[in-house]
Amino acid sequence: MDNKIKMQAKNVDFFYGKTQALKKVSLDVYSHKVTAMIGPSGCGKSTFIRLFNRMNELVPHTTLCGEIFLDDLEINNPLVDAVDIRRRVGMVFQKPNPFPKSIFENISYGLKVNGIKNKAFIEHKVEDSLKKAVIWDEVKNRLNDSALKLSGGQQQRLCIARCLAVETEVILFDEPCASLDPISTAKIEELILELKKEYSIVIVTHNMQQAARVSDCTGFFLLGELVEFGKTQDIFTAPKDKRTEAYITGRFG
Amino acid sequence: MKKDFSQSLGFFGLFLCMAVTLLALGSIIYFITVRGFSVLSWDFLTKVPYSAMTKGGIAPVIVGTFYITFGSIIFALPLGLACAIYLCEYSPKSVVVNIIRISINNLAGVPSVVFGLFGLAVFVKFFGFGVSILSGSLTLGILALPMIISSAQEALLAVPQSIREASLSLGATKWETIKNIVLPTALPGILTGVILSIGRVAGETAPILFTAAAFYTRGYPKSIFSEVMALPYHIYALMTEGAHPDKQRAIAYGCSLVLLLLVLFISGLAIILRQRQRSSHG
Repeated sequence: MDNKIKMQAKNVDFFYGKTQALKKVSLDVYSHKVTAMIGPSGCGKSTFIRLFNRMNELVPHTTLCGEIFLDDLEINNPLVDAVDIRRRVGMVFQKPNPFPKSIFENISYGLKVNGIKNKAFIEHKVEDSLKKAVIWDEVKNRLNDSALKLSGGQQQRLCIARCLAVETEVILFDEPCASLDPISTAKIEELILELKKEYSIVIVTHNMQQAARVSDCTGFFLLGELVEFGKTQDIFTAPKDKRTEAYITGRFG
Repeated sequence: MKKDFSQSLGFFGLFLCMAVTLLALGSIIYFITVRGFSVLSWDFLTKVPYSAMTKGGIAPVIVGTFYITFGSIIFALPLGLACAIYLCEYSPKSVVVNIIRISINNLAGVPSVVFGLFGLAVFVKFFGFGVSILSGSLTLGILALPMIISSAQEALLAVPQSIREASLSLGATKWETIKNIVLPTALPGILTGVILSIGRVAGETAPILFTAAAFYTRGYPKSIFSEVMALPYHIYALMTEGAHPDKQRAIAYGCSLVLLLLVLFISGLAIILRQRQRSSHG
C-alpha cells in the first residue's frame, strides 16, 4: 500500500474506568480508501473508531494512552481543540440520529455552527449534500417537514448528508446499517463507494460481507486487540492469523 | 374463568379509584361555581371595589395576582433553567453535586409559610423592598425555583445523548449544542414545569402574606414597590376580616372561582404552547 496515510493510531490503549477496552492498537487509515473494522460485539471496534474524532471524551472516567494522528497533527494534544478535529473528521452513528428539526435545518445546522451565514450558499450546500447522499429526490418537495417523519433508511442518509455538508476530510461510519433493511443498506454501501473519491472513510461493521463489499483495508478486532490488519482481499482470502480465519469462516462471533 | 373474574375485579377497583378522584375534583369545581357564579359579572371583573369591598369588582385583585405570578416566573425561570443546565450539562458528577440536587428537591418540601417569613426577613427588611410586588414576586419565585429546576432537569436528561453526539460531531461546541439542540428539544418538558409552577404560585397565600399582600389598596398598583391585593389573600381576608361577613362570603366564592378560572386559563395557554412546540418538532 503506497497510498498517503490520512489518520494513524499508534499504540493506543483505552480504559473505561479500570477495564481495558483497547490494547496497543496501531492502525493506518489511508487517504481515499475505505477502512473496515470487523469483529464480534464488545471487541472494541466502536470504541476505537470514536477515538478518531475524540467522541470518547464525552464518556466519563476514561483513559487514553498512545497517539492518534490526523495528517501530522496529534489530535489529543492539549493545544488541539476537539471542536476543530470534529470539523475535519465527521461521524455517522449506528442509529440514525436526526435532530428534531426540519430536513433543511438538519443539514444547515452544521454550516451555521461553522459560522456560515450566506443564505444562498447554505441553500446550495443543502441541496448539494442531499444529492450526494442520494436522498434529494425523496425529500426535495418537503424540506420543511420534520426529519423524524422520514423512514430509518432515509434518516440515515440524511445523517450522512448532514455530515457531508460540513466538508470534513474523514468520515467515520459506526455500524451505519445496523438498524436498516437490506435495500437501505445497499443504498448506503453504494454511497460509501461513491464518497471515497472525496473522503477517507472508516467503517465499523458487524457484517463481514459488507466489509468485503465496500472496504479496501480491513482490521479484525478481538477482545480489544487488533488481531490482523491488511488489504481486505488478503484478510478474506488468506488470513494470516488463525483467529481471523475462524471468525471469517463463521466458527465464532 | 377465575383469572378473568379477578382481572375484571382489578379493573373495577382501578376505575373506582379514578372515579373517586374525579368526584373530588368535580365537587370542588361544582361548589365553587354554584356559590361564586352569582356574583360573577363583567363589572365584578373590571371595576375597583368600594363600600368596604362589598360593592364593585375585584379588578385590582386580579391584576395584582397577575403581577406577582408573572413577576415570580420572570425571576425563577431564567435562574432555575440556568441552574438545571449547569447541573445536567456542566457540573462534574460528584458527591457535592448530588448533595446540591438533593437539597434542591428538599427545598420543594419546605412549607410555604417559611418562605413567607424568609421573604419578610430578606426582601422586605434586609433589602428594604418593603411589602411590595417585588418582594412578593421574589419570595414566590424562590418557592417556584425547585419545581422549575427539577422539571427542567428531567426534561434535559430526557434529551437523547445520540443527538448531542450528532451535534458535537458536526463541530458544534458544547454551548452551541445546548442552545440549538438540547434546549429546543427539552422545551416542552420545561414548559410543563412552568405550567405547574404558575398554578402553584398563583394560588399561594402564605408567602405573600407578609411580603406583598394588602387587605385593601386604593385602585391599581402604581409600581413594583406598591403593595397589592392578590386573589388568594383576598379570599382569606374576605372570610376573616371586615364588617359585612355575609356579603363578603359571596364575594370570596366569586374570587375563588375567578382564581380557578385564571389558573385554568394560564395552564391552558401553556398547554397550547407546548402542543404547538411538540407538533412542529415531532
